[in-house]
Amino acid sequence: MASNIPAAGTPGATAAVDASTPRVGSSPEPRRFGPLTRQMFVRYAGASGDFNPMHYDDTFAQRAGYRSVFSQGMHQAALLATFATDWLGAENVRRFAVRFREQVWPDDVLTCIGVVTAIEERPDGRLVSVDLTATRQTGGVAVTATADFLLPR
Amino acid sequence: MSSPVGATGTEFEFPIERGKIREFALAMQSEAPAYLRPDAVIPPTFLINAARWAPEGARVEVGFDRRRLLHGEQEYVFHGPLPRAGQTLYATERVADRYEKPGRRGGVMKFAVIVTEFRDEAGTLVAEGRATFIETAKPTEEK
Repeated sequence: MASNIPAAGTPGATAAVDASTPRVGSSPEPRRFGPLTRQMFVRYAGASGDFNPMHYDDTFAQRAGYRSVFSQGMHQAALLATFATDWLGAENVRRFAVRFREQVWPDDVLTCIGVVTAIEERPDGRLVSVDLTATRQTGGVAVTATADFLLPR
Repeated sequence: MSSPVGATGTEFEFPIERGKIREFALAMQSEAPAYLRPDAVIPPTFLINAARWAPEGARVEVGFDRRRLLHGEQEYVFHGPLPRAGQTLYATERVADRYEKPGRRGGVMKFAVIVTEFRDEAGTLVAEGRATFIETAKPTEEK
């Protein structure tokens, strides 16, 4: 695990979060996750405590009528959360709301995009509201989210 | 067996563990140092883990057929600085709403909104989770 700690300046490091001057309409570089693997689904199952076999047992999923296992909706939500917190700061999130749209399958590639929709100056900081979307390689929308981040001045 | 609107579960303990945050950060493919420090903050969707700590009977009953159950929406609101590793939260579930809509191909779709309140050791409300569950009108099909 220690090797996963990024040096300052690498993506995800606090110093690399350029949240100082968000404006309505501003967007970060899109980020891709994937191709997604069954191992990622299993890792999320363990991390979240959701052991529904629909997400790691192909026999179970096929018996239920699906072509294979598919990813947990909350797994996609967590990937979108990584995109958003790398953009505006892990410590700054104050609201994160996701809507599950379309199933995500092994080998899918998700592309995350985001845009600032509103900025409110408050006594305790600058409240930045964003829209977030994770789209499959087919163009189908997997999950959408709205979130608020309180940026310290 | 389903809990009516307004019904509450019983409060249960939810310790925020550093190792669990680290495991969650790995699963979300985040390398943010804020999730790796000894006083790590929780990721935006980390509170989904609270359910693992609920003793038998502490949660409200959604009461939907598991074969037709979908998780439609999930929201987390934080009323101040994020909870950190080492803190203990106290969680209570509540049935906030139930409603129905006609299914696209007939039948009835049922919705249930379950709110979980998270309080700190002093009893201050620090976070809320709001889950919308759907029972589809027919057995779930691939879109």
